[in-house]
Amino acid sequence: MKAVINIYLKEGVLDPQGKATHHALGSLGFNGVSDVRIGKQIVLQLDAKGKTEAEEKVREMTETLLANTVIEDYTIEIL
Amino acid sequence: MKKLLVSILQFPGTNCEYDTVYAVEKLGHDTRVVWHKENKLPVNTDLVIIPGGFSYGDYLRSGSIARFSPIMNAIKEYAASGGRVLGICNGFQILTEMGLLPGALKRNNNLHFVSKKQTIKVINNDNAFLNQCKKGDILNIPVAHADGNYYIDDWGYEELVKNGQILLRYCDNNGESKVLNGSVQQIAGICNSEKNIFGLMPHPERAMELILGSEDGIRMLKGFQNR
Repeated sequence: MKAVINIYLKEGVLDPQGKATHHALGSLGFNGVSDVRIGKQIVLQLDAKGKTEAEEKVREMTETLLANTVIEDYTIEIL
Repeated sequence: MKKLLVSILQFPGTNCEYDTVYAVEKLGHDTRVVWHKENKLPVNTDLVIIPGGFSYGDYLRSGSIARFSPIMNAIKEYAASGGRVLGICNGFQILTEMGLLPGALKRNNNLHFVSKKQTIKVINNDNAFLNQCKKGDILNIPVAHADGNYYIDDWGYEELVKNGQILLRYCDNNGESKVLNGSVQQIAGICNSEKNIFGLMPHPERAMELILGSEDGIRMLKGFQNR
């Protein structure tokens, strides 16, 4: 089973990379972009009996190690 | 003066452990460098220092993997029973990742690795670390980090202020607040509410000799021998 975890800085926590990239887009003439957030994506292959079990496992991994929930939010997708 | 035994942790990627040994031994204390695979601290350890560097290559997030090394269980127990722990730079990042200190350290706002001498102001000295400094003292201490942008939410910040947990803030040569990396309220160092766990981004162990630009680190590290 495959899990895709997307991790972003929380709303309200300044994302310096996103801000710099937003600025660069504007300089290049790409207008109309109101915000850029840059995160990371972690793709896992794992053994699990079903989607529910897989999601539970991945949530625990994410809370324990993959994300720092003081500053980051995440989404989990099981494929 | 009581001679202290200072245990200095070493992870793959740590690079300030021997500077820290030098600094502590210059003050007349004993040191042990403790490899992260150990699961016990040397008996009679008076202070643990988690030194600077790039543990596990800063992969995932700075400090996020080191916090699960075997020695860290011993550190948790040691700290829970009142033992003193000082995290410098990467050590500070590890302590926040472990939840032993509140908040988190993000990428610097300007995205650059900042490496230079920096003035910092002593905010609270009623603790085992900075008791040899006076409130308002301006210290000249090197910084060298990419992820030193201290973040804490508003409620957490109020708690730090209320409990006297803010140790140091970045400032200019006159002591006026100065933005270095985007830290909330220019915070450079904090401690926990029990005041036995300390973390800071600047490197006092690199400010031990006037010939190298500053010896203000001596006053900082001496604090531990007086309480």
